[in-house]
Amino acid sequence: MRLNLKIWRQESGQASGRFVDYMVENISHDSSFLEMLDTLNEELIKKNDLPVSFDHDCREGICGMCSLVINGEPHGPEKATTTCQLHMRHFRDGDTITIEPWRANAFPVVKDLVTDRSAFDSIMQAGGFITARTGSAVDANEIPIAKGIADKAMDAAACIGCGACVAACPNASAMLFTGAKVSHLNRLPQGKPEKERRSILMVSAMDKAGFGGCTNIGACESVCPKSINLDVISHLNRDYQGASMKRIFHF
Amino acid sequence: MNLDPKIPEGPLSQKWSNHKFNMRLVNPANRRKYNIIVVGSGLAGSSAAASLAEQGYNVSCFCYQDSPRRAHSIAAQGGINAAKNYQNDGDSIQRLFYDTIKGGDYRSREANVYRLAEVSSNIIDQCVAQGVPFAREYGGLLANRSFGGAQVSRTFYARGQTGQQLLLGAYSSLNRQIGAGKVKMYTRHEMLDLVLIHGHAKGIIVRNLITGKISRHAADCVVLASGGYGNVFYLSTNAQGCNVTATFRAFKRGAGFANPCFTQIHPTCIPVHGEDQAKLTLMSESLRNDGRVWVPKSKAVAEKIRSGILDPNSLAECDRDYYLERKYPSFGNLAPRDISSRSANEVCLEGRGVASTGLGVYLDFRDAISRDGEQVIRERYGNLFEMYNRITGEDPYCKPMMIFPAVHYTMGGLWVDYNLQSTIPGLFVAGEANFSDHGANRLGASALMQGLADGYFVIPYTVGNYLGELGISQAGFNDIKSEAFSSTESEVIKRLEDLISIKGTRSPRSFHKELGKIIWDHCGMERSRKSLEEAIQKLDKLKIDFEKDLRVVGHSKTLNAELERAGRVSDFIGFGQLMCRDALMREESCGGHFRKEYQTNEGEALRDDSKYAFVGVWEFLGDGEEPKMHKEPLCFENVQLGTRSYK
Repeated sequence: MRLNLKIWRQESGQASGRFVDYMVENISHDSSFLEMLDTLNEELIKKNDLPVSFDHDCREGICGMCSLVINGEPHGPEKATTTCQLHMRHFRDGDTITIEPWRANAFPVVKDLVTDRSAFDSIMQAGGFITARTGSAVDANEIPIAKGIADKAMDAAACIGCGACVAACPNASAMLFTGAKVSHLNRLPQGKPEKERRSILMVSAMDKAGFGGCTNIGACESVCPKSINLDVISHLNRDYQGASMKRIFHF
Repeated sequence: MNLDPKIPEGPLSQKWSNHKFNMRLVNPANRRKYNIIVVGSGLAGSSAAASLAEQGYNVSCFCYQDSPRRAHSIAAQGGINAAKNYQNDGDSIQRLFYDTIKGGDYRSREANVYRLAEVSSNIIDQCVAQGVPFAREYGGLLANRSFGGAQVSRTFYARGQTGQQLLLGAYSSLNRQIGAGKVKMYTRHEMLDLVLIHGHAKGIIVRNLITGKISRHAADCVVLASGGYGNVFYLSTNAQGCNVTATFRAFKRGAGFANPCFTQIHPTCIPVHGEDQAKLTLMSESLRNDGRVWVPKSKAVAEKIRSGILDPNSLAECDRDYYLERKYPSFGNLAPRDISSRSANEVCLEGRGVASTGLGVYLDFRDAISRDGEQVIRERYGNLFEMYNRITGEDPYCKPMMIFPAVHYTMGGLWVDYNLQSTIPGLFVAGEANFSDHGANRLGASALMQGLADGYFVIPYTVGNYLGELGISQAGFNDIKSEAFSSTESEVIKRLEDLISIKGTRSPRSFHKELGKIIWDHCGMERSRKSLEEAIQKLDKLKIDFEKDLRVVGHSKTLNAELERAGRVSDFIGFGQLMCRDALMREESCGGHFRKEYQTNEGEALRDDSKYAFVGVWEFLGDGEEPKMHKEPLCFENVQLGTRSYK
C-alpha cells in the first residue's frame, strides 16, 4: 500500500518543530507501524536525508519505549495496543497518517518524535518501591496473599510506563501511572508499612515534575495499552487523603 | 590466558557456603570509599547495582534505553525456576542442579550450576518481599507451573509477564538506591569501550546518546550485565537495541569469550512475513501443551495451502504429518527446544512448510478445542491467541496457528570463573552476558533465575572479595586523566568518526540484514564444516564492504540512531566471525550446536565427550589476527554423562 505521512520533525529540544510530508510505497499489510517507519527511514537514507528519530526497543508491546500520537491518538487507533504492535492492515491504501510525539510539559521533546520521560522515573524513585534489602526476606509462602488481591495487584502492576496516559490527558496528568504503582504496592501486605509515606512522596514527586492534576476525564484509561483501570486513581486518592489526614492530625 | 575456574574446595553442596566464609569482607564504613560501575539495567544489572548500593558502595549504572525499566529482561514471558518443592513433587537443589546440567547437554561447570540451584529459593523470597505479584492459589500460597525439560512443577510465574514483574521488582530496588543517592543512573548512555589500568578493569568510555558527548568513567571495578548477542542474526526475539558491543569490546581488551557458538533457537515464534520485518515475536512454549504440530504429508498439498487454494482445516487426517508425535512418541509435541526447532526446519527444507514464505509449520488447537471446549483453551492461552491475532490478523481459534523457530537466547558469553570474574581482573560479568550456567542449551524459565542469582546473590559477595583483596589504600580510583583513559577515549572517537566518514551508499541496517542472513543460513540451526568455512569467507567480504560502502547520515553530536546501529553492526560482524570459528572448532553436536556431520543414524545430536568436554575460550590477538582458542576442561564429579533421549 501507499501512504501519505505528516510527521513532526524537530531538530532538538530548543529548536522549533514543524510537520513534514512524506510518501511511502509498497508497504505490506502485514508490516508493523514501526516497520513502515523503518522503510521510510531507509528511503530517506538513500536520498542522504536525515531519518526520523523515534523511540522503540522490544517491539512486542512490553518495554514501553515506543510512543507516537497517530492521527491524534496515543499509540494509534487500536484498543489496548502499543504502537509497535499496531499493524498496517488497520490502514487503507492512500491514507494520510499524522504522526506526532507525546505532548506534555513534563515530557519535553528531545528530537523529532523522541521525548524525555525521565519524570516518570523520578516519581518511582520517590516511593515506587517496597523497602526490602537483598537477603532480608522471609520464606515466600510465609506471606499468604488472597488470590483476588494478588490478581488486582497484578492488574495494576501491568503498567509499562509508556506515558500514553499523560499524552492523552488534557491536563497532562500522571495520575493513572502513579495510581497504578500505588495501587499495586499499597494493596499487598508487604507494601502496607510504607503505604502512607509512599502515597505522599509519589504524589509530591509527580507535582514537582510538572504533571497536571486529574479532573476525571478518563482519556488515560481509554488509550492505555495495558487497559489499566481508572480504579487505580480512586485508590491513590483514597490512600493519599488518608495519609494527608494522618499527617495533619498526627495520628 | 589464565582459565583457573577457582572452584572452592569441599563437597559440591558446601562449596558456596565455604567460599562465602573464606571471602574477604569490606568494613561497612569503608564501602562508601569504593566506586563500582554496572553496565546494563536488566535483571542482572539492576539487581547487582541495587544490592551493591544497599551494602554501601557507590554505584554508577548505565543503560542505553531511556529508563532502566525498559531492559529486555522485561519481555520474558514464561516464568522463573526455583527448587522450593512447594508442590511436594520431589524437587530439590540437587534435582534442579541435575536438570540444568543435563538440559545444557553436559557443557557447563558443575560448581556454578549447583550454586545457581542453591540460591534459586532466595530469589523467590526476595521478589515476593519486593511485591512481585506472582500467581497464587486460593489459599494465598504461591502457584507453580511445569516447564520443558523437567518432571517437577517448579516454575513461578506472573501471568505471561514474569520477566516484566521481576524486572520491575529489581527496578524498584534500584530506584530506592537512586533516590537515596547511592546509585547514579546514566540512561541513554552506551558503553563503547573498557579501560584497563595495570591490567585491571578500572573504567569505561561511554557515549551520551542524546548529546553525542563521549565521557570517561572510573571505578574500582566494572560489572558487565549487558545481555546476549542474539541480534547477530538480525532477526531475533531480542529488542532492537540489544547488542554485543560491551562484551565484544571487553574481548578486544583481553577478556576471554567462551562458547560463542552456543545459541538457542526457540521453536514457537511467529513466522517471518516479509523482507521489511525487523523483529520476531515469541509465543510461549506452554502452547505446546495443547497444540499439535503438523505439516502436510505431501509437498504438492503444502504448495496449495501456501498459495491459498486449500484450507488447512479441510485436510484429512491421513494427509497430515504430526512429525513430532511420529518421531518422538513419548515426548511428542513437548520435545525440547533444540529438537523441535530442528525438526520444523527439516520439514520446511523438504518443501512442506505452510507459511507464505514456506517457512512455517502448524500448531493446531482444533483437537484441544473439541476435547476441552473453546472456553477452556481461551482461559489457558487467551492472551497469547490475542497477541497472535494482533500480529498476523488471523484467528487461531478457527485457523491453525503458524509457527517457526527463531533465535532467542545465547548461552555463550564472556568467560568467568566461580566468582563471575572474567580473565581481566576487576571485570565481572553477570546474566546472559556471561557463559556460566547453561552449557550448550538453556532450559525454559532458567534465564530469569540466573540473571537474578548473579545480581542479588553472587556479585555482591564476589565483588566485595575483590575489593577487599585490593585493599583500602587502593579504594576510590577515579583518575580519569591517566593515559589509559585518554588513549581509549581517542580510539572510541576515532572509530565513530571513521564510521561517519566512509560516506558510502548502504545503510547500517542493510549490512545488518546481510550479516543476519549469512549467520542464519550458515551458523543457525544446522552447521557443517562447509557452511562455516563459507560463512567466514562471506563475513570477511562483508567486513570489507562495510568499511568501504557504509553510509551514516547525520553527525555524532546529536541523537543519531544510524550511528548507534553502525557501531553495533560493526562489532556484530567481528563477533559473527568468532562465532563461526567456534562452531567450526567444535566437531561434535551438543545442545543448540548441531553439526550435520555429527549425528546418530536417527538424526540426533552426537556428543563427543572424549574430545569436547571443555569450554572453548577465545583470546583476541589483534585486528586481522586469528583469535586463539584455549580450553577449560569440564570435570564431572557429581553427575554421570548420559545421552539425552526423548524418544
